[in-house]
Amino acid sequence: MSQEPLIIAFCCHYCAFTAADLAGTMRQQYPTNTRIVRLPCTGKVDANMLLQAFVDGADGVMVAGCEEGSCHFIQGNLRAIKRVTYAKDLLAETGINPERLEMYHIAASQGPLFAKTSKEFVEKIAGLIEEDKMSLKEETPETSGEKT
Amino acid sequence: MSDTELKSGSNLEKLLAKGEFVFTGELGPPKSADVELVKKKAEFLKGAVDAVNITDNQTAIVRMSSIAAGLIALQCGLEPVIQITCRDRNRLAMQADVLGAYALGLKNILCLSGDHQCFGNHPTAKNVYDIDSMQLISMLKQMRDDKKFACGDDIRQGKKGPVVEPKIFIGAAANPFGGPIAYRPIRLAKKVAAGADFIQTQCIYDMDRFKKWMQEVVKKGLHEKTAILAGITPLKSVRMAEYMRDNVAGMTVPDHLIERMKNAENPSEEGEKIAIEQVQEMKEIEGVKGVHFMAIEAEKTVKDFAKKAGLLPRPEV
Amino acid sequence: MIVAEQKPLDEVYEFAKKYKKVLIMGCGTCVTVCMAGGEKEVGIVANQLRLKAKENGDDFVVDEHTITRQCDKEFFDEETARKIKAADAVVSMACGVGVQYSAEVFPDMLVYPGLNTKFFGTNVEQGVWAERCAGCGECVVGDFGGVCPISRCSKSIMNGPCGGSSDGTCEINPDVDCAWQLIYDRMDKLGKLDELEKNQPIKDWSTARDGGPRTVKRDDVKL
Repeated sequence: MSQEPLIIAFCCHYCAFTAADLAGTMRQQYPTNTRIVRLPCTGKVDANMLLQAFVDGADGVMVAGCEEGSCHFIQGNLRAIKRVTYAKDLLAETGINPERLEMYHIAASQGPLFAKTSKEFVEKIAGLIEEDKMSLKEETPETSGEKT
Repeated sequence: MSDTELKSGSNLEKLLAKGEFVFTGELGPPKSADVELVKKKAEFLKGAVDAVNITDNQTAIVRMSSIAAGLIALQCGLEPVIQITCRDRNRLAMQADVLGAYALGLKNILCLSGDHQCFGNHPTAKNVYDIDSMQLISMLKQMRDDKKFACGDDIRQGKKGPVVEPKIFIGAAANPFGGPIAYRPIRLAKKVAAGADFIQTQCIYDMDRFKKWMQEVVKKGLHEKTAILAGITPLKSVRMAEYMRDNVAGMTVPDHLIERMKNAENPSEEGEKIAIEQVQEMKEIEGVKGVHFMAIEAEKTVKDFAKKAGLLPRPEV
Repeated sequence: MIVAEQKPLDEVYEFAKKYKKVLIMGCGTCVTVCMAGGEKEVGIVANQLRLKAKENGDDFVVDEHTITRQCDKEFFDEETARKIKAADAVVSMACGVGVQYSAEVFPDMLVYPGLNTKFFGTNVEQGVWAERCAGCGECVVGDFGGVCPISRCSKSIMNGPCGGSSDGTCEINPDVDCAWQLIYDRMDKLGKLDELEKNQPIKDWSTARDGGPRTVKRDDVKL
């Protein structure tokens, strides 16, 4: 599979990162487009960190933390949800589809879920990129027609 | 009482001095320069009321100025009560308008805070509130009694010019049901101390609460220092009753009235009947010197109401 | 503190795209505390501009810099001067004071506001700021149990409350406290209700903005 789209996955050390590890141990296949950044907790996520990933070339960003109620730091993942929501608004302001950023909850034992989620996210982002290209093509002939 | 002892000599003041139970109405100026409409409304009210309030950009919607509409009403044979809100003018404009109003023969002024501009058709306007309604009352009293402007200067043109002060009968509003309820009689006392000659209340539906408020007012002796006119607006429908109860700040409409409106075959007639009963009841309450009737945008119904309520003919002075 | 909010990105973008190199300059005092224009927010706005430029195919460079205070000359150090001079225009993420003072310190530089300055206020709860002072120049809070009727009553009524006070809220919006209910409750608690019986005289607004732009001078501390 090609290296496009490029996905950055911010994963919590206590859950999603371990799940990614487990997926590997279990020989679960998932696209290699995903670059994992390990965080001590998704509570470490801030809006600008997510924007930075896009500035540095990411096509999609996923944040994967513990299930609600099971954060190692009690509510770090709940804070992450709010910040991801805020960052989606910031992205929308720039004209980027906010769906390019998503938050997921994946427990340490859910290796297969991690594989499935990242596969689906890569496919979704690839789809969004396609859509963007299509809409660009549609726009061009319209503007030339206006001159008449 | 001879005219020389009167503060303004307005019709309203004279009737109150004579001890008549007064009946005042309201005329909303048009949202245009339509003189004919003002004349038409004035015609409806002529002979039905002792004085008529001319609203000042009511609910913060731009209308013909209260002084201009008031002059037309005066020329039609009515006695206007010019409303002035603190929302739209600073102390300079207010004093200038008061001099102007008096010069035109307008003798009663009602001092109001005014609805916030966010309710009207210019919600992006800057409001003024240079002075509040209490301070407006004192300023008018100072102009009339001390013959001085708010700044302390004499009301005269040059050092040798004659002092010609505006002899205004000063009114104020009171909402017996606004919050904090325990402070309301105290605030009324402040208005009386500031110089309010008469008070028109917010429209009243909850007679029990109004009576309690009046007891406080009488206990403070305020009814002897100012003339309290109870506000009445007939209910037209169940919806209006519920709207008043739920959406108008400080307004209470008791459940038994809403029930009466609901059970009535003709709610509009029932509302009128309730209001007529209220007028009768008001006459019996110690300290109430009259009724201020606010038929919102229904000036033509006032005469008929006054007749049914046994308020006609209006006394002569 | 002075409380501000970020301007819509489009507004800042329309300004920024006219230049080759734009410096987003944050302020480390009030607007950092109210999370509108500190180092962190500078980073966010800078990245938003970069992303939008990429989306729109516009070409300009965005630089970031934050100083302790934009309303004090001493904080405009050499590094700041260098960064400002290297840019074609500056978006100041300070309050209106900082924006103007930056322009005063660098008279040749175009300075554009990145924030809308709202009021003098406090952080009533996490994520909520509320107005507390109107800067009228003659504090009257002492007469009102520590609650300011000028800034907190929608009509700045000194002898309130108006008829629009209902269940402790203001007529303009049930989410706004009636300042006069607050004053009454405080004075009641303090046993000073009798003080609310006196009529407050007409206020002298010449000490407020109405008297023209204001300055404060202290000979004892002047050099």
